[in-house]
Amino acid sequence: MLKQTGVPSADDLKRVSPSEERLALGPVAIIECFQKIPCNPCATSCPQGAIKPFVDINDLPDFDPALCNGCAICVANCPGLAIFVVDERYSEDTALIKLPYEFAPLPEVGAMVGVLNRGGQQIALGKIVRVQNPPRFDRTAVVHVEVPKCWAREVRFLALGANKR
Amino acid sequence: MRIKEHPILKFERGKTIRFSYNGQELVGYEGETIAAALHAAGIKELSKSAVLHRPRGFFCAIGTCSSCLMVVDGVPNVRVCVERLVEGMVVETQQGRGELGGAV
Amino acid sequence: MERFNICIIGGGPAGLRAAIAAGSAGAGVLLIDENDRLGGQLIKQTHMFFGSEKQDAGTRGIDIAEQLVNKVQGMTNVKVYLRCAALGLYDDKVLTVLHETKYRKIRAEKFIVATGASERMLAFPGNDLPGVYGAGAVQTLMNVYGIVPGQRVLMIGAGNIGLIVSYQLLQAGVEVVAILEGSPYIGGYLVHASKVRRAGVPILTSHTIMQAIGTNAVQAAEICALDSHWARLPGSEKTLEVDTICLAVGLSPLSDLLWQAQCRLTYIAELGGHVAWRDANLCTSEPHIYIAGDVAGVEEASSAMVEGELAGLAAAKSLGLARVDVDTAMSQAREQLIALRAGPVGEKIRTGLALAQMREDEQHA
Repeated sequence: MLKQTGVPSADDLKRVSPSEERLALGPVAIIECFQKIPCNPCATSCPQGAIKPFVDINDLPDFDPALCNGCAICVANCPGLAIFVVDERYSEDTALIKLPYEFAPLPEVGAMVGVLNRGGQQIALGKIVRVQNPPRFDRTAVVHVEVPKCWAREVRFLALGANKR
Repeated sequence: MRIKEHPILKFERGKTIRFSYNGQELVGYEGETIAAALHAAGIKELSKSAVLHRPRGFFCAIGTCSSCLMVVDGVPNVRVCVERLVEGMVVETQQGRGELGGAV
Repeated sequence: MERFNICIIGGGPAGLRAAIAAGSAGAGVLLIDENDRLGGQLIKQTHMFFGSEKQDAGTRGIDIAEQLVNKVQGMTNVKVYLRCAALGLYDDKVLTVLHETKYRKIRAEKFIVATGASERMLAFPGNDLPGVYGAGAVQTLMNVYGIVPGQRVLMIGAGNIGLIVSYQLLQAGVEVVAILEGSPYIGGYLVHASKVRRAGVPILTSHTIMQAIGTNAVQAAEICALDSHWARLPGSEKTLEVDTICLAVGLSPLSDLLWQAQCRLTYIAELGGHVAWRDANLCTSEPHIYIAGDVAGVEEASSAMVEGELAGLAAAKSLGLARVDVDTAMSQAREQLIALRAGPVGEKIRTGLALAQMREDEQHA
């Protein structure tokens, strides 16, 4: 249970997951934000208007996956590092995950790294495809990692130390 | 141990400062507290408690808890977690309560 | 004796915003802090802040500190004394201080006490061993001086501070062996919990530390699970090899100066301990003393900043000094506080504040 372990349950995840149809169309944000806290930078940073302005600052994000293009600007702007972009149409047997990463050194493009699930267990190897770290992301890098498609909905982090040069 | 690489912070260390700790020469950086420089050198034990002579290190690092009192340049009860390092400082482990007037 | 309209004690998030607000309203302000730099706890907060854009959400605490300090330093009517510790606050509106090595007296018409909070201790055998630190101390060592506290850390407490400092330890390359939490639930924001969990740090709720083991410094920690009555579960004892034990078991308001100044104080568990009774403008039972930030009730830094602004504006207004549209600014600050505290995570604060608030008929004219 999320409040006891920090790991969201399958039911929690179901509530925030875009539809199968939307996931099949390509990159889309998955906002793993389950608790009402006073916070709204996801909405103010979304250039697509896919995350609606908050009426109450304590609201959960009101997200319309149909308007999302998977740009990942919210990924770098979420103070809780709770947003991921998943592209299940990346290739026939792989998916692309864009995840927030605030560790040094940043992984190198092309490197194969251990990829972790929400509980911190390594479940596969992934290939680093791109590392976005522009000044406007303010040191929250967005790492694009290609993973076996079967793990697209599980992979949420990279093994620390696997990225050591 | 000093952090060499950090994703968010850059540590711009000032010029090096030499000081002595129980007769041993150590080096810290300008702007650092005595406790920080000692910690970087692997020294965690700063004093012995007054009654049971148990080892004490720092706890709060903001000058409030009195767990880090040391003898600095002959003056006891210096809160080394907030006292800045100065070239040539003589830092010693404090045994129990320090006396006013400099005698330890 | 130096004279000021408003003297602010404490240069953290609340004190800085109070100085900016009072200064912008045209008051002659003195801001004092016992440290040798301004910013308070903000200078070690490397994470992005929550809240809305009005409270700089999405900006890291360290960067908010820099912006606020630059602003204060650019105001000609705001004077700053560093290495200046408040000693006593008297009813003839005199504050005595130790400024560097000199004792001085400062007279002001209004004082804003923004002294913050101090870390709580936890009772267990070996808690005095070197290697047992408050979470704030670990943050200072890591994020101000760039020195790691050890190689293997046990964190006690899964509130926001325990979770955030655990994450910062990982960022500094330190292993966090586990986070223990005595209560059955994680107290901090769940997004903070999730980000340390996916980095592989176990969060053990209903667990506590039994003792720290070591001769000259921490070498291990003995932990155990707790049952639903917070009693030790026999057979659940485990020894973890760690060289650092970090305590993040809560904060208590630093209200010493308010006690000494004879403000009416009351114990409110929801606000972290003894806090001053206050009116809607954060004025205490002593009409010349205002409060803001954690000393008024332990809360998030975003609310501390808004409280600072409100107290600064209110103190300036009470002196008839308001150059800006002070009433609008004050009601906007109050609205921001209401919004920040409106959700489920603000419930504890709302309960506590209801107990600390003067009734209308008790308020100053």
